[in-house]
Amino acid sequence: MAIVQTRALTKTFRQGSVGAVVGVDLESREGEFLVLLGPSGSGKTTLLRMIAGLEEPTSGEILIGGIVVNDRTPRERRIAMVFQSYALYPHLTVLGNIVFPLKAQKMPRADREKKAQWAADLLGIGHLLARRPRELSGGERQRVALARALVREPTVFLLDEPLSNLDAKLRASAREELEQFQRRVGTTMIYVTHDQVEAMAMGDRVVVMHQGRVRQIGTPADVYDNPADTFVATFLGSPPMNLVPADKVVIGFRPEHLVPAGSSAEPSPTTLSLLLRFENEEYLGSERILYGRVAGGRFDGEKAVSRLPATFHPSVGSGSVLPFQVERSKLKFFDSETGARRGPVPIE
Amino acid sequence: MLAPAILYVLALVGAPFLLAFVYAVGDVKVGSTEYHFVGLHNFASVLQSPSFRRALRNSIVFTVCSQILVLVGGNILALVLKDAFRGRRLIRFLVLLPWVAPVSIGSIGWKWILDSLYSVVNWMLIHLHLVPEFSPPMWLGDPTLAMISVILVHTWHVLPFATVILLAGWTAIPRDIPEACAVDGAGYFRTLFQITIPMLLPIINVALLFGIVFTFTDMTVIYILTRGGPYDTTQVLPSLAFFTGILGSDLAEGAAISIFLLPLLVLVAWRMLRTAHRAEVG
Repeated sequence: MAIVQTRALTKTFRQGSVGAVVGVDLESREGEFLVLLGPSGSGKTTLLRMIAGLEEPTSGEILIGGIVVNDRTPRERRIAMVFQSYALYPHLTVLGNIVFPLKAQKMPRADREKKAQWAADLLGIGHLLARRPRELSGGERQRVALARALVREPTVFLLDEPLSNLDAKLRASAREELEQFQRRVGTTMIYVTHDQVEAMAMGDRVVVMHQGRVRQIGTPADVYDNPADTFVATFLGSPPMNLVPADKVVIGFRPEHLVPAGSSAEPSPTTLSLLLRFENEEYLGSERILYGRVAGGRFDGEKAVSRLPATFHPSVGSGSVLPFQVERSKLKFFDSETGARRGPVPIE
Repeated sequence: MLAPAILYVLALVGAPFLLAFVYAVGDVKVGSTEYHFVGLHNFASVLQSPSFRRALRNSIVFTVCSQILVLVGGNILALVLKDAFRGRRLIRFLVLLPWVAPVSIGSIGWKWILDSLYSVVNWMLIHLHLVPEFSPPMWLGDPTLAMISVILVHTWHVLPFATVILLAGWTAIPRDIPEACAVDGAGYFRTLFQITIPMLLPIINVALLFGIVFTFTDMTVIYILTRGGPYDTTQVLPSLAFFTGILGSDLAEGAAISIFLLPLLVLVAWRMLRTAHRAEVG
């Protein structure tokens, strides 16, 4: 087990063009589940591939277990990687796939088969060893890919969107399995995804990336509750954080914090009251999402979204105006030019 | 809807084939007007003839050697041409040329290159002091060298076709696979021989089967370079059939020789269809 560090890691694909990864400083912790989260093109996969040794950095350093590995081959880095496509060898059986890394290590036959059996049993695919990849379901393929990664006893697991090929239903159970798997083996995992739900659910810490740069690193609660800038604020959360401009700042609040003021509620110094004119409503079974605009006052015409439990409020008609409020302690403030988080400013 | 296609195949393939079969069991000569059924007499006489046995052996040597060279060379070329580099388009075009150019023109070029008096190869070898000036190798005159020459020229001619097929196969392998091999700790040759080439086997199979058909039934290179000589040492079945049946006027025996090719080609065609079918299903 080892920690992975990157120092000012940069990758530029064509000379003079914008970097795919720009000056990334990262440090994983021992046995951590670290998630790289970002939209497509944010450089998260390139970053992972540089750590794996499949892509050469333009500048900067990669350290695994405290040793600079820039000049080492993937094999020498002792990492294991699970690809988005799983990259199983189609002409080999499941057993053949799992023992392949061990063959490359020149492990004796008896030992490698024992090891493969162990890995297969751990992942619950012991009965599939004689099958070929094309005879397996998506979930089974993923487990074979994990078993193949596991037998090498790598210092770090790198996973590139391993759940994106599974259908929605399977994804939830596969997510849980992956979490359990990580807890059992206790090896550091670096996991790339564009799915914030995966990131929030699985990550010990989440690294939010955008345009090749790290925007924020923190626990899921951290990045959700205290976004470092407007990008993180809007990328995480569905629907995203409401942002309303006010002079030189942008005020942000989560849709779930925008709640009906109720008829009896007195204007209070701890809340910000807003009148909302509703335009559209989505009923999602367990919750209700209301889309509207602020009516009157300082934020007149700004879009706002409210997310309420479905039980909370009867359906509101389009065009109706209702009083809503946000607790002032839930308000986040961002610089309107840079988008970076800043201290609160008083709003009446 | 299929009628024109069936008619076409019957007229151009079926009728000549049937005629060859009829000739092979008769006693037809060029210019003769009579036909007597002689059963398998022609086959028996052909089988006993030493030149037939020699041609059969030559055909096998010619096909096996050239196909080994083609597969090895084609894979190497495909591997080189698969990755992007400056001038790749030009190199791809040049590699295709021997296939695109008429084989007769290419072979005539080679006839001069390998000529006993005017050979540029010998001129270079002499000036590099690699061969004695007054007894340079007789590329087309020495039995062994002549066989090597026709094999090499034929390889030169069919290599581009195999390269194109193999290149398609190599490009179809997802990038993830060799990368997974690298991460799994496999070196270049382990990846090549245990992963990528086995994955390519169906494609290699297709290239090989086409190559066998092209080689086993072809006589152009041999006809132009050596005419089967010296002393029949490069005579193959198609050229022997041509010399016996057309130039030697013994149509019956020529037909019998060419029908000998049939079982092998049927086998190859059957495997080809099976491979194609498997590739579709898999």
